[in-house]
Amino acid sequence: MIEVKNLDKFFDGGTRQVLHNISAKFYDGKVNLIIGQSGSGKTVLVKNLVGLFKPENGEILYDGRDITLMNRKELKEIRKEIGMLFQGSALFDSETVMGNVMFPLMMFSDMTPEQQRERAQFCIDRVNLTGSADKYPAELSGGMQKRAAIARAIALNPKYLFCDEPNSGLDPKTSIVIDQLLWDITHEFDITTIINTHDMNSVMGIGENIIFVNKGHLGWVGTKDEIYDQDNEDLNNFVYATDLFRDVRKYRRQHGYTKTKVEY
Amino acid sequence: MFFTKGLEAFGNYCTLMWRSFGVPERWKEFFRRYLNEISKLGIDSIPLILIVSLFIGCLCTILIKLNMQSPLLPRYTVGFSTREIILLEFSSSILCLILSGKIGSNIASEIGTMRVTEQIDALDIMGVNSANYLIMPKILGLVTILPFLVIITMVTAMFGGWAVCYTGILDPDTYIYGIQTDFVEFDVWFALIKSLVFGFVISSISAYYGYTVKGGSVEVGKASTDAVVMSNIMILITDIVLTKLLLM
Ligand SMILES: Nc1ncnc2c1ncn2[C@@H]1O[C@H](COP(=O)(O)OP(=O)(O)O)[C@@H](O)[C@H]1O
Ligand SMILES: [Mg+2]
Repeated sequence: MIEVKNLDKFFDGGTRQVLHNISAKFYDGKVNLIIGQSGSGKTVLVKNLVGLFKPENGEILYDGRDITLMNRKELKEIRKEIGMLFQGSALFDSETVMGNVMFPLMMFSDMTPEQQRERAQFCIDRVNLTGSADKYPAELSGGMQKRAAIARAIALNPKYLFCDEPNSGLDPKTSIVIDQLLWDITHEFDITTIINTHDMNSVMGIGENIIFVNKGHLGWVGTKDEIYDQDNEDLNNFVYATDLFRDVRKYRRQHGYTKTKVEY
Repeated sequence: MFFTKGLEAFGNYCTLMWRSFGVPERWKEFFRRYLNEISKLGIDSIPLILIVSLFIGCLCTILIKLNMQSPLLPRYTVGFSTREIILLEFSSSILCLILSGKIGSNIASEIGTMRVTEQIDALDIMGVNSANYLIMPKILGLVTILPFLVIITMVTAMFGGWAVCYTGILDPDTYIYGIQTDFVEFDVWFALIKSLVFGFVISSISAYYGYTVKGGSVEVGKASTDAVVMSNIMILITDIVLTKLLLM
């Protein structure tokens, strides 16, 4: 479990506060979502969680180990347990899909080259990119790049998987494929997955533990089953921003729903 | 204001260099990248170097001949002066000024693109020291190959000067005699030492500009221009310092 306690993050030499006293828990073997409008501080929160930014105040506990207190060496150790999927995929342009997935194995595992290749092929197969192992990132579609990046992120069997807007720039159908894949690997390999998104379809699809960030403040915590029927005004503005979800609300009220289950 | 900004940038540059030099995570991967950089930055520049050197060699000889029509000067002075120019200044400083346009923008835009597409963040997240992984092979690669490029330049430029003599401006044997007159071996070493320093200057400054890009493709473009301009300025400054230190 990753636990955040009273996190503050400032920018521009301490003049602009982006995160205000955020406390949250991210559970093992679950898909944890950080949701909120663009600019609300989701990416900044995730970058703090993985140690790319250092918070001014607060604790970030990985199963009790506070990464804000770690030195470079300890941080490096814990990073071997972390996989991360970046908004733009961040695949290495000069390497093929196979090269990209083998990279962390080559740098950090004791495997022989054959074992590395075998493990990489397993991950590539797992994300359904079997035929594209020898292609370069520029030759792949957006969804395939995302899947290749997922394969790279899970290559070292991470305990924690972070995803920054995994659906950005993808069409709705491809988005669902990616969401489904993230959901499946989370439960298959018992990973603590933390996804940051503003996509309500993902929220309703895979939101097992939802943390709503509103202008840098913690707004609401709950599950996808609770999100329709809560009385947080900011969250309702976010959830019911589109006609589609307003229609859902109307329908639910007309038919007297209080709880819902969205199944994939 | 301008001064403190510059000082801050210099501090950041030093920190980045400090982070860049260290024991690589995997020696095998380091050598792969190192050889790759030698080929990309060095070997691939050879055609450019050959063309430029050949023409500059020709031009030196022609222009010196034109300007030394005095009966008081012996004819071999043309070869002698051509050699001095090539060994002392052209083969190292001018060559590096020319190469910095190609190599500097290449390094800055490659690393800068990796920065803005979060590839550097991806390396850091994996626990790879991204500065060490990306920058050290480039610096060492360029520093390794540049002295060889300098030697190629010397030979090609002097050959160009000799070849142009056959157009009838000078007796080739007089030219050959000239380039052998009063030869000081240290002049060659001087050029090689300078090239080591310039190799470091070009690659480290360009890497700094690329690594610290913030923003998108526009900023990457700006960083690669800035990298070339700053490399050129620093080459000229270190050139003066080294010439003063080593020759006077
Ligand atoms: N490196 C940075 N330096 C300064 N400000 C930043 C930086 N990164 C993000 N911010 C600011 O933090 C705020 C939140 O940004 P972000 O976390 O990217 O939002 P989002 O929720 O869309 O991911 C924005 O106002 C942004 O300008
Ligand atoms: Mg974001």
